[in-house]
Amino acid sequence: MKTNDKIIFDNVSKFYGEVLGVNRVNLSLPPGITSLVGPNGSGKTTLMNLMTGLVWPTQGSISVLGMTADRPEEFFRYVGYCTQFDSFPKGVTGYEFIRQSLSLRGLSGAETHRLTMEAIERVNLTEAAQRKVAGYSKGMRQRMRLAQSIAHHPTVLVLDEPLNGLDPMARAESIALFEALGKEGMHLVISSHVLHEVDRISDQVVLMSFGYVVAEGMIHGVRSEVKEHPMQILVRCDRPSVLAARLFSQNHVVEAKLNTDGKGLLVRTQDADDFYLLLNRIVVEEKLVLEAVAPADDDVNSIYQYLIGGGGGTV
Amino acid sequence: MNQTTKSRAFLHDAPWRLWTAQLAAVLSIELKKNLFRRRSLWIYFVAFAPVLLIGGLAIYSPGIAHGNLEGDTITLARTFEVYYLRLGLFFGCLGLFTWLFRGEIVEKSLHYYFLSPVRREVLVAGKFLAGVITSASLFSVSVLLFFSITYGQFGRAGRSFVFAGPGLGHLFAYLGTTVLACLGYGAVFLALSLIAKNPVLPGILVLLWEIFHPVFPAMLQKLSITFYLKQLCPVTIPPEGLMALFTVVAEPVSPWIAVPGLVALSMAVLVFASFRIRRMEISYLAD
Repeated sequence: MKTNDKIIFDNVSKFYGEVLGVNRVNLSLPPGITSLVGPNGSGKTTLMNLMTGLVWPTQGSISVLGMTADRPEEFFRYVGYCTQFDSFPKGVTGYEFIRQSLSLRGLSGAETHRLTMEAIERVNLTEAAQRKVAGYSKGMRQRMRLAQSIAHHPTVLVLDEPLNGLDPMARAESIALFEALGKEGMHLVISSHVLHEVDRISDQVVLMSFGYVVAEGMIHGVRSEVKEHPMQILVRCDRPSVLAARLFSQNHVVEAKLNTDGKGLLVRTQDADDFYLLLNRIVVEEKLVLEAVAPADDDVNSIYQYLIGGGGGTV
Repeated sequence: MNQTTKSRAFLHDAPWRLWTAQLAAVLSIELKKNLFRRRSLWIYFVAFAPVLLIGGLAIYSPGIAHGNLEGDTITLARTFEVYYLRLGLFFGCLGLFTWLFRGEIVEKSLHYYFLSPVRREVLVAGKFLAGVITSASLFSVSVLLFFSITYGQFGRAGRSFVFAGPGLGHLFAYLGTTVLACLGYGAVFLALSLIAKNPVLPGILVLLWEIFHPVFPAMLQKLSITFYLKQLCPVTIPPEGLMALFTVVAEPVSPWIAVPGLVALSMAVLVFASFRIRRMEISYLAD
């Protein structure tokens, strides 16, 4: 029975023999879209497999909405998992594949058919539904697996590299679908290498490296904690040189670089909040015409680079 | 609350209706796989090889096929004990039951079951039942055909032996033994497939155990499937040479012990398999 709305990892470690999967993971993921980010072998899939009972922790415990995977009857009513295994039962059509998995839920034939068709329509594969999965393209197989994982209307959806193998159009459609599912109140946990696409829809991020959680939380919060790398903010205004001159007098501003077009300024600051307050003041005092202000490295990709890719600091 | 009260409460509150529906769903999926896939052709061949042989002989050389009724009854009994029990059913069940889970691991599709709201014990029961239905139906039809061809060629005498003599009793005993063999071998091989990554070597060990168990002490013999099966065969084969080792039962038990003994042994193995699968992990790469 659901007792809360969080996914909780309590001091979880997983070893495959002597090989480390994940180590001492403590997480509490609230509803919304959570991205698991990290290089290959960082433990993202292990974390997802642990969450859904495909592997068991060597130490610690995991609960999803207060439930555990060792009581599958209730657990998998609420949880769907689209793994990255690109495999299907032999000889099935797309329709049969989803229908078979729904039939294991004890639903009536009519209900099974309705949910199957609904899921297939949701991933735009209605025309291919009666064809054997073996003849599908990689992208179609990916979408059919996605359909199977959402067919029973789960509350928690775990997606392991769901954008792999998809062409740009299918990728955009899938992201729109994830966004829609997130808005419907679903709890989405997504791992992906396509950071800029996932970043757009993520509410929070978990960064992993070598089996450890390096950082977690709302993207902006995580970014502001990376003190070793000053925040980059792009400002477009009519007199950027005036703005630059005023900014240089501040201690927290470490760099201000004028754009070649003479209309923009890239600022690096160690205190974004102070910077925004100061910017407001300067704009009023100097009567600047402000076109745009946007953080340039306040995204998953930059955080990933700072914490994992670039040998950066720790949070 | 003590253990008995807990167990009672569990059985009382258990979602039996859901489990039954899930069992039926697993059965339906697995039976399709076992019976109608191209990969399943081998088991048809293993099950029906003796029928093809005797059928071919009856059609193309009717003179040779005609023996005497008593002699052919012994031939039938010998074929059943040596081919069906020790080869056909053994290897048929080895291939079928070890593939129930191992096949899904090889094809990387077991996680679909593990990610469904099906208790793993229900999955074991469903797959096991599907294996028993598949093997028992194929081998029973084969035994029935072999029996029919054997006595059918004797015309009226054959019919009289079957319907007015002991024939029908023999047939039921053969069919019952076939079903029990599927149950026993099936449970052992299903459990083996959950223990060993490659079930061939343990399969050979089981084969050796089933062949040579008569030379072991009486207590150990009771852990063999063939020990019980042999005693359910309706016709005693005269001991001759080396064959005596495989056919003679030194300390026979009555069918009233043999049948429940075999069922109990199979259930014990299945319970072990259920415990084993509870903590099973999906790690296709390691397999």
